[in-house]
Amino acid sequence: METLYAITTGVLTACGLYLTLRGRTFPVVVGLTLTSYAVNLFLFSMGGLTTDGATIVNGDGAYADPLPQALVLTAIVIGFAMTAFVVILAMRARSEAGNDHVDGRKEDRE
Amino acid sequence: MIQHLIVLPVVVPLVAGILLLYQRQGLVRYKRIVSVVATVLMLLAAISLVKTAAQGEIVYYALGDWQPPFGIVLVLDRLSALMLLITALLAVGAVVFACAGDDEKGSNFHGLFQWQLLGINGAFLTGDLFNLFVFFEVLLLASYALLLHGGGKARIQASVHYVVLNLAGSSLFLIAVGILYGATGTLNMADMGQRLVDLPAERQGLVTAGALMLLVVFGLKAAIVPLYFWLPRAYAAAPAPVAALFAIMTKVGIYAILRVYSLIFSESAGTLDALEQSWIWWLALATLAVAGIGVIAARDLRLLVAYLVLISVGTLLAGVGMRSPQAISALLYYLMHTTLITGGLFLLAEMIGLQRGKAGTRIVKGRPMVQGNALALLFFIGAIAVIGMPPLSGAVGKALMLNAAEGTQRLWLWPLLLLASLASLVALSRAGSTLFWRSHRGSFSGSPLARRQWFGVVWLLSAAPILVALAGPISDYTQATAEQLSHPQRLIDTLISNAGEAP
Repeated sequence: METLYAITTGVLTACGLYLTLRGRTFPVVVGLTLTSYAVNLFLFSMGGLTTDGATIVNGDGAYADPLPQALVLTAIVIGFAMTAFVVILAMRARSEAGNDHVDGRKEDRE
Repeated sequence: MIQHLIVLPVVVPLVAGILLLYQRQGLVRYKRIVSVVATVLMLLAAISLVKTAAQGEIVYYALGDWQPPFGIVLVLDRLSALMLLITALLAVGAVVFACAGDDEKGSNFHGLFQWQLLGINGAFLTGDLFNLFVFFEVLLLASYALLLHGGGKARIQASVHYVVLNLAGSSLFLIAVGILYGATGTLNMADMGQRLVDLPAERQGLVTAGALMLLVVFGLKAAIVPLYFWLPRAYAAAPAPVAALFAIMTKVGIYAILRVYSLIFSESAGTLDALEQSWIWWLALATLAVAGIGVIAARDLRLLVAYLVLISVGTLLAGVGMRSPQAISALLYYLMHTTLITGGLFLLAEMIGLQRGKAGTRIVKGRPMVQGNALALLFFIGAIAVIGMPPLSGAVGKALMLNAAEGTQRLWLWPLLLLASLASLVALSRAGSTLFWRSHRGSFSGSPLARRQWFGVVWLLSAAPILVALAGPISDYTQATAEQLSHPQRLIDTLISNAGEAP
């Protein structure tokens, strides 16, 4: 399970990073969203991955670390608000500058 | 009562911000009163907190009475009290200036302003790494909206860069916090510092990676050299009172670097001790060099002030890079001076732009100004202070910094810092003579400015003579602060030894 989890996080991060470095606002927003998903997965795994554990405490039995869950919850909420904000900002920039380039410049002819 | 005082700088702006949400527009008069009263209350709270902290005791406030290391704590020591005081002083000037009309150019200015203060104060007080992230997000979200206040193409373009960069930075912050939590099993900074003492050898690499990632995040906030590109545009485009408040934002990054690396990665952390030092030292010098060139190249007064902020960042970080108590003490004195003066200069640039009309803040010939003499006098005072010429505070601050350098550090810091000062001297004298002397003949431009704007600028710029007059007590305080920072064990003992006691 660890391998699969690590590969998923890694692929998400790589895709997110690639898209964030693009020149137009839409891919950048999608890239930031993908990165924040990857970060959430990463944070979640930081308490150690356990299966069949109790949610909080189960006597002497195995239990999941509750703190990363709380951290992920906070990160999700903040990330969601940020995504909403950056989408609106991208739309405003599109309407003010007349194009969706992150620098707001008229593109060189490709 | 006194034990609840620590939480006031967080609660007051929160409550004021919620009150100010009532109706997006209208009720301008009441909103201004609420906002100014809340800011002045914060100032009073900050003054009494500094008095408490000056006795040398470290006090903490356990939110919800969850004792550390399990609950989230607000920690008050000399450093955080000093930062709160600087923020409050800056905020009073900025908010009064905004009441002259800048707040009506968009909706919810005062509410967002208060929340930004909430984020900044929280970041200065918190003793928990994840809580630091949350307060960073609070202050960033408010700053995104404030940067856009009033709209316009330049602001939106600048904010796209600012927001995207900071969102990427936040992701990195979360990864770093995750790594450090995974490696040490705690998020409380004091507890983390303690646990690093007997860290298993196989986790050393992990912690190093986390620590350096945090440095990237804080460096982005502080605008250290390869990460500063967002700053000049954003600061030059922001509305004046917001730009003035932003003068403290880069210092939040510097505070975070000071706090995290002195508390968590202290001498007791063994091989992890001072792992950031060489990075910060060289990057700070590079920042000084780049900012010096930027100051000379700037063709707009606001851009010029933005690059002056960058010079101050380079100087401050060089102080962090030296890592001696003497350097930290010098850096804190310089930090007080530079935050207030650059904030004042942003406000002054706006006033000059208003009075010049079409020419704005561009450094070109324009018509003479109605209140040109008064503005020129203030510009002269601000310029002398920020360049670091005697008799104002910049000279004392820079002299302390230069004096703190030792051995080969002198060889690097002295020429770079002095050349950067020379660059700002050249740039500011050129700007001043173009703006005030080389004017066209003809009628005066502009109408007299509002009294509130004068108050804002004079309030902030008066820091320059006051800091010189009180240099003795202030440097005593900063020396004690540096001494406290170099003994993180006291903070750890205060927080952790009390953990076992029943609440």
